[in-house]
Amino acid sequence: MITVNNRDRLEWREGMTVQDLLDEMGYDYVLITVTVNEILIPEEDYDSYELESGSNVVVFHLAHGG
Amino acid sequence: MIMDMESGIFKRNVSGSTKRLAAATVGIAGCGGIGSNTAVYLTRAGVGNLILVDHDSIEESNLNRQHFFQNDIGRVKVEALADHLRAINPSIRLKLHDTRLTADNLIEIYGDAQILIEAFDRAEDKHWLLEKWCSARPDRPVIGVSGIAGIGNNASIELRTSGNIHIVGDERSDPQIGLCGARVAIAAAIQANTAIALITGGEV
Repeated sequence: MITVNNRDRLEWREGMTVQDLLDEMGYDYVLITVTVNEILIPEEDYDSYELESGSNVVVFHLAHGG
Repeated sequence: MIMDMESGIFKRNVSGSTKRLAAATVGIAGCGGIGSNTAVYLTRAGVGNLILVDHDSIEESNLNRQHFFQNDIGRVKVEALADHLRAINPSIRLKLHDTRLTADNLIEIYGDAQILIEAFDRAEDKHWLLEKWCSARPDRPVIGVSGIAGIGNNASIELRTSGNIHIVGDERSDPQIGLCGARVAIAAAIQANTAIALITGGEV
């Protein structure tokens, strides 16, 4: 099982990547930052970074304005 | 020095916090609606060292939310902000950079900062800043902002944390709907309060 944003649960499967998780959870926001077990995963690694069972994933939406 | 601080500006500070705050160095990336207000709150709290970076000058339309005044219009933002911060605490130590931050100069400019405040306008810039900082300085907190536009909706402005990344805002509102100084300042105050808590060992 994978926990997303300390709230949602997603069934884990062998070889599941960060990008798979984003697709399955429907995250289509233009700019996001993702952490896995509190470590930021660079966007270029979303396709290759494989999640372990029990991972805690946090997805931040980045909106304009500052 | 500490005696003076505890009997002067910072007399009403939370007991035991002033010495740690005076020794702290905080970087602020962008001195607009968020960065200018966060800098004021950190200065009033007694943070001793700030590194301010922005490449803009002040426009009249900044005054509905940014900590600037009519006679600042046309001035370089980091220089005008430095004057306002020194008018609060003349002893504050400031490093000013009137330049555009990039992934190539970020770490060089903020090398001494124990905490980085992200106060950029564009989401694309927030994205590379978070990636660069977390890669180069994984043990130092970054406090960013995402989604501060509109009016009201107080409860939608949240602080979410994962490891050393802290993001304040509603994570969705678009500045094209307009910006209100009170709502921007809520996010800036949460950002500053988070930095102050991290510096003093308090609970975020």
